[in-house]
Amino acid sequence: MRFESPTTTKAAAALLASESGVAHVLAGGTDLLVRMKMGATEPDLVVDIKRIDSLRELKVTAAGVHIGAAVPAIMLGESDKLRGLWPGVVEAANLIGSDQIQGRCTVAGNLCNASPAADSVPALIAAGAKAVVVGTKGKRRVAVEKVVLGPGRTSLARDEFIEAIVLPARAGKSADAYLRFTPRTEMDIAVVSAAINLTLSRGIVQSAKVVLGAVAPTAVIVPAAAKALIGTKLDDAALAKMVTACEAACNPIDDKRGTIEYRTKVAGVMARRAALIAFERAGGAK
Amino acid sequence: MPYETDYTNQGFSKVGTRVNRPDGVDKVTGRAKYGADANAAGQLVGRILRSPHAHALITKIDTSKAEKLPGVKAVLTGKDFPDLTGGDRGMMNILENCMARGRALYDGHAVAAVAAIDADTANEALKLIKVTYKQLPHVTDVDEAMKPSAPIIHDWVRTTGVTPAPTTASNVAQRTEFGHGDIDAGFAQADVIIEKSFKTEQTHQGYIEPHACLATLGPDGSGELWVTTQGHFTFRNVCASLLGLDVAKLRVTASEIGGGFGGKTHVWTEPVALQLSRRANRPVKLVMSRDEVFKATGPTSSTSVDVKIGAKRNGKITAASAELRYQSGAFPGMWAMLGAMTSFACYDLKNVKSVGFDVLVNRPKVAAYRAPSAPMAAFAVESVVDMVAAELGMDAVEFRIKNAAKKGTKASYGPVYGPIGIGPTLEAVKNHPHMKRKLGKNQGRGVACGFWFNFGGQTCTDLNIGVDGSVNLTVGTVDVGGSRASLALIAAEELGIDYEQVRVTIGDTNSLGHNDTTEGSRGTFSSGMAAIFAARDAVEVLKQRAAATWGIPVEQVVWEAGEARAKGKQNNNLPPLSLKEIAAKSPRTGGPIAGHNEVVADGAGVSFASHMCDVEVDPETGATKILRYTVVQDAGKAIHPDYVEGQFQGGAAQGIGWALNEEYVYGDDGRLQNAGFLDYRIPVCSDLPFIDTQILEIPNPNHPYGVRGVGETSIVPPLAAIGNAVSNAVGVRMDHVPMSPPRILKAIEAAQG
Repeated sequence: MRFESPTTTKAAAALLASESGVAHVLAGGTDLLVRMKMGATEPDLVVDIKRIDSLRELKVTAAGVHIGAAVPAIMLGESDKLRGLWPGVVEAANLIGSDQIQGRCTVAGNLCNASPAADSVPALIAAGAKAVVVGTKGKRRVAVEKVVLGPGRTSLARDEFIEAIVLPARAGKSADAYLRFTPRTEMDIAVVSAAINLTLSRGIVQSAKVVLGAVAPTAVIVPAAAKALIGTKLDDAALAKMVTACEAACNPIDDKRGTIEYRTKVAGVMARRAALIAFERAGGAK
Repeated sequence: MPYETDYTNQGFSKVGTRVNRPDGVDKVTGRAKYGADANAAGQLVGRILRSPHAHALITKIDTSKAEKLPGVKAVLTGKDFPDLTGGDRGMMNILENCMARGRALYDGHAVAAVAAIDADTANEALKLIKVTYKQLPHVTDVDEAMKPSAPIIHDWVRTTGVTPAPTTASNVAQRTEFGHGDIDAGFAQADVIIEKSFKTEQTHQGYIEPHACLATLGPDGSGELWVTTQGHFTFRNVCASLLGLDVAKLRVTASEIGGGFGGKTHVWTEPVALQLSRRANRPVKLVMSRDEVFKATGPTSSTSVDVKIGAKRNGKITAASAELRYQSGAFPGMWAMLGAMTSFACYDLKNVKSVGFDVLVNRPKVAAYRAPSAPMAAFAVESVVDMVAAELGMDAVEFRIKNAAKKGTKASYGPVYGPIGIGPTLEAVKNHPHMKRKLGKNQGRGVACGFWFNFGGQTCTDLNIGVDGSVNLTVGTVDVGGSRASLALIAAEELGIDYEQVRVTIGDTNSLGHNDTTEGSRGTFSSGMAAIFAARDAVEVLKQRAAATWGIPVEQVVWEAGEARAKGKQNNNLPPLSLKEIAAKSPRTGGPIAGHNEVVADGAGVSFASHMCDVEVDPETGATKILRYTVVQDAGKAIHPDYVEGQFQGGAAQGIGWALNEEYVYGDDGRLQNAGFLDYRIPVCSDLPFIDTQILEIPNPNHPYGVRGVGETSIVPPLAAIGNAVSNAVGVRMDHVPMSPPRILKAIEAAQG
């Protein structure tokens, strides 16, 4: 196995393009190293992107947020400005694994690992995040929900990797929230999760995005659930309608982590609770 | 020299203090050497190929390609382990578990092994071994395995304990029955009878350190084994027997141990590592992966239990019965028997009967797990005890106190109790501030009791005094829970010297006589007893040296406060001689000063505990949070209170994990779905509250200091205590452990209709 630590995105893309065997990009390595130890993958090439300076940048400006692909998840929580603008994205990133794991892992890696249960992904989708993808042919911007195709599968080409995740500028009375259900308090993986992003106008929900995790092969955007919230103050009827829409959008599996029945029920519970948190954060009052 | 083992109620100056543990610095600095930390020049890496099938005939194993791979030094399959057992089926079961013999009996059963120059080569060699399987029908559920239609695991198994003796094979290896009185008559007198069935899923001990060893076995039949184990003497005997070695020629050294909880009382890969070493004529290091630990080493039984208890309106139990079905994995065990023996041990019952069925299934061989089998029986019995109390309208603690066993009670499993702690632990629960905490919405409280036998066994100890007066105590029981600190306190107490002057060493198998495995909470009980006697042996020598120095008869010398004092008016001009002074002169007064003791430490005192816990259940997700947890247990005498409390807390923590989340999940294909710590959920720190403890000291009459084992009982009540608390919180009786969020939510929804 070759281990390379290029210092430019161009060199990294070239390395990936020239490898004919199994190649992996390494950022924090908290998924890749585990898979290698388990024997689930035996790479011929590992390209560490942490030595590319620009990938370690976290920039929070009025125009938006730029999270370099090698920024450890724990750094998101260290930024008061980011926590203020995107509390849901931050809480999702800061639920991954444990403090120690967050010291290494990245949201870009969390996305590229393409697990249906990834914590940061529903929150990023709800936030309208875009991934800056770089390859030998240059850069492109792609909506985060277009990156993951299915469990373990992404839309990235062989020579491509994510350089940064960018979040849009924030409108006035807006907030997001993320909740997941795990049997353990930490070091666990979401059985089901929900991210909600709301913008209020005069105390009424003006726009909303509802995204569920771990209930289908990829994170699920639930427009009907968002619609149920828009134009309301999250009254009980609106919430009940949203819960029904969430349950209808679930297409989970029965596995060691939870049953279809359980995931479907709890998806609605998480979404309702997350919606109330986001509403309150945005300054809403019932 | 034989010594009196009776309790003497002596005063203590060292015992009972909270000194620092001697192994602490090594453990926090990383200097401590665990199973995987030993290396030898020229060592090979051992790896094991395991069956992916729950049950399959191995029709062919082709190892030729693996053998030809450069760097591979040995390849073994079942045929490389000749049957040297002389017809001992128990030994053959151990051997067959270490390496399949023509048939794979569970997902993870070893079918071949390699030793190679490095891990990559060993892994490559495993891939080159071609095994041809013919899959057979399998069964993993204990109740399914008892049905006549179930696939038979072993055609040689005939159910023992039934008359007439059966002539056909069965998955029920053993039926056992305990009890006394007439249960039918007892139930006839009852005003209230509750009968209910319960299930518990399979759990693993979850020790953080995987099994690991470094094995060296030469063509002369002399060998060395460095291994993480609870019983290096037992490992030596078993390995020597399976491989045809002289016991004395195999030296086994116990490494530091990163948890055992019973799982390291059995050999798993060690005979294979030794055989690989013999074949390759090089040392072989074999370290299991976590996946292998889950799939192929010692989980405890999954169970199915029926309990029936009847009581009078006045709160007196008139009869109690239980049928306990425990699976023992692919080899016969005695786990249901232990469940049947412990099930009603907390109570004073006129009419009681418990019947155990040990059942074979296509799962890994069940091993001991901390008070093995008792927690599941307690879950079922203590749940029904709560239900009966509720039906009678009695407080559950008062109901237990009214029926608690006491001195003179004939235990349900046979013996008559001496002084015991069940009543006092329940009184302590009743008066504990925990019981006065106000419960909020969705919260519930549960109380449960637990019992464990404890064990003593063969023990051999040496105490050697250095010329500077420092003391080394060598014991043969492995330090799994802080016993070195406790044993040093005991030696310091007997000799009258500082704790810091004593070092305790775990001797290898060639430095002491046989010591039984550190199991049954025997470490501090039995090695403590031997340490007392070895120290007293050394004191005799010290007194003789002092007498000789003074030129007076030894009868005129006493040992007090760490020094020899001459008795009588005629000797009052003789200043005392300290241990240090006598030791310094020892080269000229007769040579080294030592004490020795070998003992079969009988009389391990039974142990009882009562636990209470408060939980809050999220009614929308079924998630349970443990709000408060308190352990009250009789320790006999707490030699080192910190480590006694640590045992109480550790047992409760493991029990909480078991009660709420831990379980082996098998697919329909008989394969284990969650062989890792991500999906086999032991609790993390943030899942647990501070676990409060209260030590009671009701002396064991059969130990000079009154010590009882403390390590195991603490895991017995938690399943039931939490089961009762959750049931009280949600208003539905929980009957299936673990009470995972999906199970709780389903139970709530079922009750709501």
